[in-house]
Amino acid sequence: MEIDWINFTPFASLLGGIILGLASALMLILFGRIMGISGIIGTALDRPKGDTLWRAVFIAGLISSAVIFAPFVDVSRTAPNETNVWLIVLAGLLVGYGTRLGSGCTSGHGICGISRLSARSFVATGVFMTSGILTVVIMQFLL
Amino acid sequence: MKQNHHYLYKFLLGLMFGLGLIISGMIYPTKVIGFLNIFGLWDPSLAFVMLGGIAVYTLLHFLHIKKVDTLLGYSKSFPLKKHLDKKLIAGATLFGIGWGLVGYCPGPALVSFGTLGFEAVVFVLAMLGGMTLFKLTSK
Repeated sequence: MEIDWINFTPFASLLGGIILGLASALMLILFGRIMGISGIIGTALDRPKGDTLWRAVFIAGLISSAVIFAPFVDVSRTAPNETNVWLIVLAGLLVGYGTRLGSGCTSGHGICGISRLSARSFVATGVFMTSGILTVVIMQFLL
Repeated sequence: MKQNHHYLYKFLLGLMFGLGLIISGMIYPTKVIGFLNIFGLWDPSLAFVMLGGIAVYTLLHFLHIKKVDTLLGYSKSFPLKKHLDKKLIAGATLFGIGWGLVGYCPGPALVSFGTLGFEAVVFVLAMLGGMTLFKLTSK
């Protein structure tokens, strides 16, 4: 293991993490809900009556953030290194299907669930981190 | 369910969550891959994202845990499942593979979708497809 000092941003990342924690905690304190992005989108696809529009509004806020906070966004870096469209489609399918099957993603399990000391979230986070690491290792080996 | 859904607050919460993803660097797929690349040139930044997020959420969660209702009067709604099952493990495994392939998880993918980058748009459409596939096959 070798540390990538050039790209290492401990302070910005910590600050960003604090904002994520605050936004997630506000979702709890104001609305009594878990801030889980995959759950908010996935449930919206079922279009439950009276429980869909707020999800769309929340997602609209999330999508607008890159436009409203454009000065903070380095647009040249928002695209992945991966350019194979079919691989991107495959990755999107896996993330969509997997987060629904596993009841959560980085936000719901990784931040909220771990903080709530949920055993399911500890396991899920360990598992997706591990499979993510192995995928990166394998992809680098293949390239 | 209350009549007033406080839509403006919901929009602002989405915006704030997006700001956190932007400031933290989570919206940059190469940074995410750099974090997962622990056996190569490793960028530990995203561990600091989790540290900040978990520290703040843990504190506020436990300060708020005894309250039955929220500040806006909604009742709390928490995940009910407590036990580990195969679905959790299989789902997290598949999610991790997709995450490691490109470097987008759902939140950052949606933020990048807002910049209308080709890859982000393709990814988000495929992600919605994957969620729809789950919905169709799980009934």
